[in-house]
Amino acid sequence: MNEAVNLLVGLAMGLNLLALGSSRLPTVINVMSAQGIALGIMPLLMEDYFDWRVTFVAAATVAGKGFVIPYLLRRAMRTAQIDREVEPIIGFVPSLLLGAGGTIAAVALAKMLPLLPEHTGSLLVPGALASVLTGFVLLIGRVKAISQVCGYLILENGIYLFGLLLLHATAMFVEAGILLDLTVGVFVIGIIVDRIQRAFDSLDTRKLTALRE
Amino acid sequence: MKPLLLVIVPLIGAAVAAVWPSNRTRPWLLPLVGFTHLLLCCWLLASHPDVSPEAWLGFDPLARAMLPAVSLLFLLCAAYGVSYLRVRSERPNRVFVAMLLAVLGLLSAGHQARHLGVLWIATEAVTLAAVPLLHFNRTPRAFEATWKYLLVGGTGIALSLLGSFCLGYASLHTGGRGDLTLAALSAQGASLSRPWVLTAWVLLLVGYGTKMGLAPMHTWKPDAYGEAPGIIGAILAGGVTTVAFTAILRVRSVVAAAGEGPITDRTLLIVGLFSMLVAALFLLGTRDFKRMLAYSSVEHMGILCIGAGLGTAGMWGALFHVWNNSLTKGALFLSAGNLQRAAGARTVDEVSGMARVTPCSAAIFIAGLFAVTALPPFGPFFSELRVLRAAFETRHGGTAAMLLVCLLFAFLGLTRLAFAIVDGRPRLATKAPGIRFAEASGLIIPPLILLALSCWLGLSTPGGLEDAWTAAVAQLVPAK
Repeated sequence: MNEAVNLLVGLAMGLNLLALGSSRLPTVINVMSAQGIALGIMPLLMEDYFDWRVTFVAAATVAGKGFVIPYLLRRAMRTAQIDREVEPIIGFVPSLLLGAGGTIAAVALAKMLPLLPEHTGSLLVPGALASVLTGFVLLIGRVKAISQVCGYLILENGIYLFGLLLLHATAMFVEAGILLDLTVGVFVIGIIVDRIQRAFDSLDTRKLTALRE
Repeated sequence: MKPLLLVIVPLIGAAVAAVWPSNRTRPWLLPLVGFTHLLLCCWLLASHPDVSPEAWLGFDPLARAMLPAVSLLFLLCAAYGVSYLRVRSERPNRVFVAMLLAVLGLLSAGHQARHLGVLWIATEAVTLAAVPLLHFNRTPRAFEATWKYLLVGGTGIALSLLGSFCLGYASLHTGGRGDLTLAALSAQGASLSRPWVLTAWVLLLVGYGTKMGLAPMHTWKPDAYGEAPGIIGAILAGGVTTVAFTAILRVRSVVAAAGEGPITDRTLLIVGLFSMLVAALFLLGTRDFKRMLAYSSVEHMGILCIGAGLGTAGMWGALFHVWNNSLTKGALFLSAGNLQRAAGARTVDEVSGMARVTPCSAAIFIAGLFAVTALPPFGPFFSELRVLRAAFETRHGGTAAMLLVCLLFAFLGLTRLAFAIVDGRPRLATKAPGIRFAEASGLIIPPLILLALSCWLGLSTPGGLEDAWTAAVAQLVPAK
């Protein structure tokens, strides 16, 4: 069972690298969507028996991260007529190298943190740290607003991975909070993206430079 | 139930505002709800309600020491808001009023949160609710500021969630059952897993520090405060930063209970001093008087952190300073809003001679400037003196010296810019000189009251408040 979860975490880490290396926005969105579905299945694999709260978290994650958010992003892309190139500040190869280095560092760092007996051998902590780092690289290293939103979502995916460690113990409350905020956050971001479009006729955050010292 | 009312009343007010039909009468909901909230707050402040340790939300000593300040600031901003929205009657204010009231409710929830999850959700929700407020002016520059605010603030808030998870895992690691109330975490004390607690502290300090605007995570602040209406600047600088500070204090007490108190104190001192230094240097260079207020806010957040890192006496000074910061920043932002509207611009290159154009607002601005740079008899002088004395008493001479140097630089930077705006021959970006800008009394009296309150706090601090601060310090730093 732990192996199945580890396999999915590994898949998510691979998808991180794919997101860093791809040059087209629809690919990045698809990668994110696949990662969301992989993340959503994990809680089901971690439970031995049926628990409605865990099932709810899984269903909500698959629906939210896997379908609703990618749909909103694609719609935003279509309505705003954003072209499909990613436009990196940090090039694709350096991004990939950063991502790979980050993944190795995450594994090394995770070794230093003590784990509960039932989590030993789990890849959740390195997976979480690697996703957070990937999210940062995308946030900093991409020009377009939509790619930055993708970066932010991958960062949130990392935090969700970490939250799975607490799935047994804490109330669903914390988990539900994430989903809610994630959706609302993207919604708000989507509106702003829309407005930016009207104000600047582009989704290029490089043009957001009027405010500086 | 009563603590919950503080959250529910503003949220109901927000719902009513969202369906209220008239654009002209809707703003009156702001002072109405603000007044009810303040009454509730004062009642709770006087009645010392008991808080059960396992409660997720409660009016505990720390909330008693902080929340009334935010409530007071909100009421005065609300009173200003009525006149402000009348001036800006060309713009629909449905979203503005509803979100402002929601922010009040969520701030109350954040101050009273005694559970890691509730604390995080309240802070995140405040962040999101503030987005339409920042965006009220709808200019391209406001878009830009809002985008930066959301991206930087959202990342910070994500990191604080990761930190909360780490703290939760630290508790699980030592046999905790997943009870994430701060009281339960503190009770586990020294048995909490050390590497996880330290990781959590770093992430939570960075996360909530972003919300608070500590350097180097302050980058959203000048943009957001510069582009938002003055009233929103006041609420952000006096209310939202306060809730982030409360969060840091609550987390600090858990980490200190786990035996890492000296490390938290040291990091708070370093972050605080660095914020002050960055703010002081930028204050010497900036040419925009609303961005100036943002850097001044970064500086005061630095003072709060330094106070919190200096033991019980410093913590007491920091709580006192929270009140002074809220009141003086409120007065400054509201009067600066008036100046900006009259002048049509915000930089020293475009504006001067405001003392002739808007004499009342300019006078309040200058008085507020003296208050915020800690001149007696205003409150900040006395609270900063407390922090300084705590630094000397705890043998942090170097910290005290750096604090003084930064205060001096900040004073130079602030006065240089403010007098350049106020003095001289009138020069405006919009109207032809000579046309008097109408200073409605609704736009003058609220900042004046805020200043008077700051002065009163300095000259005769009410005993009830001093007791509340002492009780909050006792909650945060339990006697050994």
